[in-house]
Amino acid sequence: MTTVVRPSPADGRNASRTTRRAATTGTAVGVRPNYLAGIGAFLWLCVVGLPVYVMLGATVRTRPDYTAGGPLSLPGTFSFHNFVRDFQGGFGRYFLNTITVTASVVAIVLLLVPPLAFAIVRNRGRATSTVFRMFLLGLAVPAQAVIVPMFYLISKAGLYDNLIGVILPTAAFCLPVCALILTGTMRDIGGELFEAMAIDGADTKRVFFQLVVPLSKGGLSTIVVFSALQAWNGFLFPLVLTQSENSKVLTLGLYNFQTQYGVDIPALLAAVVLSTVPVLLIYLFARRALVQGLMGVGGK
Amino acid sequence: MTSAASPAGTTPAGPPPTAAPPAPPAGAVRARARRGARGAARPGILWALPAVVFFGLFALVPLVLVAVLSFTSWTGLGSPSFAGLANWTKLFHDPVMIQSLWLSVLLTGLGVLVQTPLSILIGVWAAGRQRGRAVLSAIFFIPLLLSVTAVSVLWRALLDPNFGVPAQAHWLFGDGNLLGSRTGAIGVLVFVSAWQYTPLHSLIYQGATRAIPAVLYQAAAIDGAGRIRQFLHVTLPQLRNAVVTSVILMIVGGLTTFDSVLILTEGGPGTDTTITAYYMYDKAFKSFDYGTGAAVALLLVVVATAISLVVVRLSGYDRMAGTQEGLS
Repeated sequence: MTTVVRPSPADGRNASRTTRRAATTGTAVGVRPNYLAGIGAFLWLCVVGLPVYVMLGATVRTRPDYTAGGPLSLPGTFSFHNFVRDFQGGFGRYFLNTITVTASVVAIVLLLVPPLAFAIVRNRGRATSTVFRMFLLGLAVPAQAVIVPMFYLISKAGLYDNLIGVILPTAAFCLPVCALILTGTMRDIGGELFEAMAIDGADTKRVFFQLVVPLSKGGLSTIVVFSALQAWNGFLFPLVLTQSENSKVLTLGLYNFQTQYGVDIPALLAAVVLSTVPVLLIYLFARRALVQGLMGVGGK
Repeated sequence: MTSAASPAGTTPAGPPPTAAPPAPPAGAVRARARRGARGAARPGILWALPAVVFFGLFALVPLVLVAVLSFTSWTGLGSPSFAGLANWTKLFHDPVMIQSLWLSVLLTGLGVLVQTPLSILIGVWAAGRQRGRAVLSAIFFIPLLLSVTAVSVLWRALLDPNFGVPAQAHWLFGDGNLLGSRTGAIGVLVFVSAWQYTPLHSLIYQGATRAIPAVLYQAAAIDGAGRIRQFLHVTLPQLRNAVVTSVILMIVGGLTTFDSVLILTEGGPGTDTTITAYYMYDKAFKSFDYGTGAAVALLLVVVATAISLVVVRLSGYDRMAGTQEGLS
């Protein structure tokens, strides 16, 4: 058989990684390529790529061109009319509202989670382990479970149809995963560092701001990306807790456009693309944090 | 929303916020801080308090309240009035309710069956060294960047019988109104969620595949195992824990699917895709019967919890996660 095994050269990590990777999939450099996997990967590329192509193509096409040529044909026209139409349809307001919600949720998460995680990791009391268990329980609670009482509470508090009423529950539902991610990061800080700081006479506050926060940068950026993504893509809370045009967020705007625009699919797809641009930018600049954040999102 | 299964996370109701530890008197905190400073400065419980209060107020109080509301009748105006078991008896005699539970389980099951093999194959492939792998993986990742809303709106537009792909490809779609039939609508829902979430589960499998020790493959190769036998006898068994993680995420995600149903099918045709989460929304926010909506929500939590509990027990996942979180 022409498979994998090569004596692992003992000259450094690169070589051994190559061997490991090669062994992992059963393909090694220079060994016969895996045609089956290649064909499969290409097929999946079509499944993923075609809708994306149609969407991007439609954004620059005029409506008559799209309707006449069909979604799969090459764009025969090039115009920015669809984007103009979206902004006339209120896209700008939705966009600003979503930015407000996202920034506020991230701010709340950044304010609440680091001290929480610090306490969970460094406080040895029974109370804090109870707190940690409570947040783990919180992981299992879906938003749908609480949406009816949330509507009741938010209405009674006079926050219905107010962005604050969307921000607060959205942030609350980010807390469990963020706490989990950040405690993971903070556990990796060596105990001797804490001792060294204590010997230097640092109080808890200084330990937090000068040791824990700087060393948790990776985890912090992950929770920022994760909570921003949650807030940006949130649908159920805004759907149920807001009503007027003034407090609509992007996702609701898209849902709205769908019924409102009906047959103007290019304008609709342009709005979808526009709503995704910021996430794409985050992806380009913070790929690692985003991937970690998404793995925390789970099946939702 | 977010869900990751964990041993503790399998009980439906969290402790009510009153169970949160009371703040110790300020003196005790100072004493603890001093004591800590001698060894290594340790934060008092006060550091956790703001987050606990916030989470309690906006996640745990509603969780308790949903149970209370399920025994009341409320139309959104005025105050809820006690209704006893009325909502519950109504629900147990409601064919749509029972159908919605089956539909939720069916959609979730189909999702697991479609997505698991796909994401294992893609994940294992992406862990390898083929040419162009990094570029392709980045493209495969795109659906995950779009929100559920965006994905649903996109597919609804793509599948539009008059202006979408079916209108252009009659040979493939026939009359093209996929969302107009029960089978078609269920198929679309399963396909669209697979389209969106396969990348996520591929990521899990990609990570797990990279963690498999090379020694195992070398041993298998020495024994003369080819690529396919290596995959079946080394890779797959080694991915067992990843499968459990991924399947639990799929189950929890599947049972709480809502946005895509609302946007793609609105529960229809008829009630053919009215899954439980959508039924809850329909009852509460469309029919203004909030008491019944609350009861459906509670039922949803109980069923979702029961199912993931069974999976966790059957797979021994609880022991695994327990050591991971450093809890027990």
